[in-house]
Amino acid sequence: MNEMAPISREERVEKLKGLGCSRKRVEDVRFTQGKGNYVDDLKLPGMLHGDFVRSPYAHARVKSVDKSAALALPGVVAVLTAEDLAPLNLHWMPTLAGDKQMVLADGKVLFQGQEVAFVVASDRYVAADAVDLVVVDYEELPVVTDPFKALQPDAPVLREDLQGRTSGAHGDRRHHNHIFLWEAGDKAATDEVIASADVVAEEMVYYHRTHPCPLETCGCVASMDTVNGKLTVHGTFQAPHVVRTVASLLSGIEEHKIRVISPDIGGGFGNKVGVYPGYVCSIVASIVTGRPVKWIEDRMENLTATAFARDYWMKGKIAATKDGRITGLSCHVTADHGAFDACADPSKFPAGFFHICTGSYDIPVAHVGVDGVYTNKAPGGVAYRCSFRVTEAAYFIERMIEVLAIELGMDAAELRAKNFIRKEQFPYHSALGWEYDSGDYHTAWDKALKAVGYADLRKEQAERVEAFRRGETRKLIGIGLTHFTEIVGAGPVKNCDILGMGMFDSCEIRIHPTGSAVARLGTISQGQGHATTFAQILASEIGLPADSITVEEGDTDTAPYGLGTYGSRSTPVAGAATAMAGRKIRAKAQMIAAYLLEVHDGDLEWDVDRFVVKGAPERFKTMKEIAFASYNQAIPGVEPGLEAVSYYDPPNMTYPFGAYVCVMEIDVDTGVHEIRQFYALDDCGTRINPMVIEGQVHGGLTEALAIAMGQEIAYDEIGNVKTGTLMDFFLPTAWETPHYTTDFTETPSPHHPIGAKGVGESPNVGGVPAFSNAVHDAFRPFGLRQSHMPHDHWRIWKIARDLGLHG
Amino acid sequence: MAKMQLRLTVNGEAAELLVEPRELLVYVLRERLGLTGPHVGCDTSHCGACTVDMDGRSVKSCTVFAAQADGADVTTIEGLGAPGGLSVLQQAFREHHGLQCGFCTPGMITRAHRFLQENPNPSEEEVRFGMAGNLCRCTGYQNIVKAIMAAAAELNAVREAAE
Amino acid sequence: MIPAAFEYHRPTDLQAALATLQEFGDEARVIAGGHSLVPMMKLRMATIGHLVDLRAIADLKGIRIDGAAVRIGAMVTQQELIADAALARAAPILRETALQIADPQVRAVGTIGGNVANGDPGNDMPALMQCLDASFSLVGPNGSRAVKAREFYEAAYVTAREDDEILVAIDFAAPGGGYAYEKQKRKIGDYATAAAAVTIRKDGTACSAASVAMTNLSDVPVWSKAAGDALVGSACGPADVGRAVAAALADIAPTADNRGPAEFKRHAAGVVIRRAIERAWSRA
Ligand SMILES: Cc1cc2nc3c(=O)[nH]c(=O)nc-3n(C[C@H](O)[C@H](O)[C@H](O)COP(=O)(O)OP(=O)(O)OC[C@H]3O[C@@H](n4cnc5c(N)ncnc54)[C@H](O)[C@@H]3O)c2cc1C
Ligand code: FES
Ligand code: FES
Repeated sequence: MNEMAPISREERVEKLKGLGCSRKRVEDVRFTQGKGNYVDDLKLPGMLHGDFVRSPYAHARVKSVDKSAALALPGVVAVLTAEDLAPLNLHWMPTLAGDKQMVLADGKVLFQGQEVAFVVASDRYVAADAVDLVVVDYEELPVVTDPFKALQPDAPVLREDLQGRTSGAHGDRRHHNHIFLWEAGDKAATDEVIASADVVAEEMVYYHRTHPCPLETCGCVASMDTVNGKLTVHGTFQAPHVVRTVASLLSGIEEHKIRVISPDIGGGFGNKVGVYPGYVCSIVASIVTGRPVKWIEDRMENLTATAFARDYWMKGKIAATKDGRITGLSCHVTADHGAFDACADPSKFPAGFFHICTGSYDIPVAHVGVDGVYTNKAPGGVAYRCSFRVTEAAYFIERMIEVLAIELGMDAAELRAKNFIRKEQFPYHSALGWEYDSGDYHTAWDKALKAVGYADLRKEQAERVEAFRRGETRKLIGIGLTHFTEIVGAGPVKNCDILGMGMFDSCEIRIHPTGSAVARLGTISQGQGHATTFAQILASEIGLPADSITVEEGDTDTAPYGLGTYGSRSTPVAGAATAMAGRKIRAKAQMIAAYLLEVHDGDLEWDVDRFVVKGAPERFKTMKEIAFASYNQAIPGVEPGLEAVSYYDPPNMTYPFGAYVCVMEIDVDTGVHEIRQFYALDDCGTRINPMVIEGQVHGGLTEALAIAMGQEIAYDEIGNVKTGTLMDFFLPTAWETPHYTTDFTETPSPHHPIGAKGVGESPNVGGVPAFSNAVHDAFRPFGLRQSHMPHDHWRIWKIARDLGLHG
Repeated sequence: MAKMQLRLTVNGEAAELLVEPRELLVYVLRERLGLTGPHVGCDTSHCGACTVDMDGRSVKSCTVFAAQADGADVTTIEGLGAPGGLSVLQQAFREHHGLQCGFCTPGMITRAHRFLQENPNPSEEEVRFGMAGNLCRCTGYQNIVKAIMAAAAELNAVREAAE
Repeated sequence: MIPAAFEYHRPTDLQAALATLQEFGDEARVIAGGHSLVPMMKLRMATIGHLVDLRAIADLKGIRIDGAAVRIGAMVTQQELIADAALARAAPILRETALQIADPQVRAVGTIGGNVANGDPGNDMPALMQCLDASFSLVGPNGSRAVKAREFYEAAYVTAREDDEILVAIDFAAPGGGYAYEKQKRKIGDYATAAAAVTIRKDGTACSAASVAMTNLSDVPVWSKAAGDALVGSACGPADVGRAVAAALADIAPTADNRGPAEFKRHAAGVVIRRAIERAWSRA
């Protein structure tokens, strides 16, 4: 009746490939054979190609658009302009941040690369030719790319559509280029502490504009089935359900008549959260032509027009006692949002979770104020591999700590340890309103310092400085320290929503009679390996092997509603939903097992993959047997079948943390640097799949390396993007990327069903300050306090020159 | 403009098709021959996602006109599998978690395949240098390097056993 | 990124290629590896009616070494340069330079002829060719002529080559002695922030011949006669090298770009040139 050859408990656990094991990824079998299914791989019968005419100017009036020559080109089916979209009220669209944004230039353009007209043609070659034939008459207007200049009284008016509007979605606007002022904390108390402190360090910390730049650009295929009135949109969407809702609100098509599918996604990193003009135009074009329309942006369009990240000018003051106890922190941010406020933040948080900027430290009072500003740059402000504005916050506090250490003449590692929130203080209420769920910072910190041999490194550094002063070397050593605290898993529906949709997530499980299962989620993997790890969570919960569980995401017709994947929210929110749905399955399974074994529910206990009668281990029913029974036995009081759905509204965020150390050699004459060592300790709570975690850490650190050491979206004075291709937009190759050493501590989240916190974004959040602090630290003995990223060769060279190190 | 008759050998099979000379090899493979393994990541020959093997060399097919490829012998990721499963390299990428989103992977493996023929016994540093024409945004390369080193060792072991 | 349409020609001998260039005049352009030209066409910064592909012309291929005389066909790829053992013995600086160009895939198709004919100040081979005092063999409707690399470059993308001429080969005498190509760049795949090619011969303890040329530090490659002169006769001690570096820096005019302001490039150039000289001397 039961299994023929009984296997040991350990073997049964192993067979599940559940939580904690480095299960090989199921996705990889098709990816390694080139059988992925990305949006540009899709080819539908009769499909047309869309391409944009874009503005060469950063600020100009559009006087006319002549599309006659383009329309005359054989193969061109349509050319859409704002005029064509206006009757449908689609020439503008709402942004996720409570602003609105032009879909196609309506009277003027506000940034270089802005969409002016959408050409639809038989193939990509004809479309590109037609783009060249559209004649646009522009009248140039004065350009402002500096947010401080944008707020001067005589600055050009960028958003004429908002003229006279003294308030916006996030409160008062005090200037025609001002978007909002958002505040948290106690200003009066903070000012008072700072005014009377022993020591105050003050610094402007700039986190430059950059871009997530996933290897696959954004794109979609919109297909209107005019017979059935059903719209299907395949696309690079990190949040497919949100896209469906937005598409329905914009187009007036009922939501059940829209199907949004995110196929395999070639990396997202925040780039694919927003709704872009390309999507809207493709949908309109498909409705108008009755044929599928594909739009795939090229890399230059991607870098210049979709989804920048950061661009925060953070002016900070940090106060402390003489012996180094921090007493208060204030920060004022001037946030450059570009031409439209299209940040992808939860609605009530126009500055994201920037107010996590007290970091890992017990700071009694604090205040932040963030001014959002319009400039002639592309819109965006996305969470580039981080939770909303958390990287900015971590960079800010980790720089302020270093500056304070200089002010105090103290070792920066010691200063951190002195001010960490202590283990017994959790759950900890921060001065800016967060409740940190759990942490053990001192243990992680000590482990990290010991692992790298911190004291010896400092000794070596001091010797190097002496040798440099004696003229024996031109290379310095920098030791970059960081202890960061992330805040991820947005988020509790009571305060987190996007366009009014609460930020819960969901999982629906269906167990098949023969003991395999399908789980559908509202999230979407872009390389995180959900198909592998969510099956592991479930395997441990329901006792069916992960290999027998299919995870499906990304099809709104089949998946339950979810808010998508970004901000490291999948594990904290959808992972929890998965566990909770699994528990519902198990609860029902227990009733079935009790019936089959003729005992009371309470007489059973769960053991790996089965219910066992307490005290009678030979009497049990495996999950596989229960699954079959649920379909073929009439069980009194129990509905047939074995399915469950869970919508998980997290009670709190999770707070992963980590300790990183970077050791860098810097040539003061050329600015060339070499990463000699990088140690990364991450605490992401319960570890679902160590192999996947390690991979996420390597990847995030490499993005951090890129950002800190060279990657930027740079504009010239008149708003031309200077870094529009991968020649100038720095993505390191294997050659520039160092070897990383990873490590961990494990402090489970007390409120998450399996204690997991999420890790995908920690390495970017912690990595950037670690690399940047290493550069600063190398020059600290010579008097450097603060120098802005990215630390590319010439900027490092400039530090040395300004410090007089070139003789 | 006049179209031309393009003759290619792709993954061992002859193909003949009518194209515009300016069509890019990557789109000929993807859109006309249905080989969607090679991807377009940058359009400017920096990322290597479009890497294919052409007449025994690794090339970036986004920067080759169809016309230039006339007469060439092309191998894509689709032509690199082992009968009925994954090749040693493909298996090594899976085993060592050398991929995440998978977008760079076809180009990466196609390049690695050629690289291991150029240098069957590479050091880690040589792998990093030999793979520097392929960008990955997800993995930080560490596990890719590991996978290629492991594949090299395994291929060498197989070769030695055969000798 | 899609280029404008063009007609494609693949002549199998030089005469046919020249005839096609003649026939279409301004409209026509030769293509070698295409790894400078195709990106320009895709960005629609170059629109060309007729592309004349040189790949089928056997005469443009091959490396010939005859004693010290080296002749490299225009269509030899960077990868072939790197792989050629005889060339590595005769003139190892070619291999050292080629390895610092772009990445493996680009080197697999990019040719030496395209690299020197292109006229982009960022290309590495032109400075090397000036350092080696190479000459370029051009063939046009009126027959052939040779132009010295040191006289070939007039401005960015403007060279002594007439539109209807084809570069067939590069000739130079293997320099012997020490050599170095030193390049600072932001990453693999990037052009030089500053780069220098140096060859040095040593006679006893003194330098008997020296040649210094630089990449991407002016709108053309720069050969600095004064820098070489400063080294000849000296023992290449720190002061001698300092004089040579100063002389070389006097000959360049770097401009600002994303790699940094001119002042930085000048400073980096000083370091790169010094290192190249020191390394070349140590190998002499
Ligand atoms: C990502 C990337 C990075 C690069 N990095 C570097 C680098 O670091 N250093 C470097 O030097 N180069 C670099 N390059 C350029 C690369 O080396 C090119 O291949 C080379 O500059 C041109 O060679 P080609 O054979 O591809 O020429 P093509 O692109 O075919 O031609 C270039 C130009 O030369 C002309 N031409 C070509 N051959 C002849 C001939 N025989 N006679 C007359 N005219 C001719 C063409 O008409 C065209 O105008 C890089 C390229 C890429 C894509
Ligand atoms: S798409 Fe060809 S190299 Fe990037
Ligand atoms: S796995 Fe995503 S780009 Fe390499």
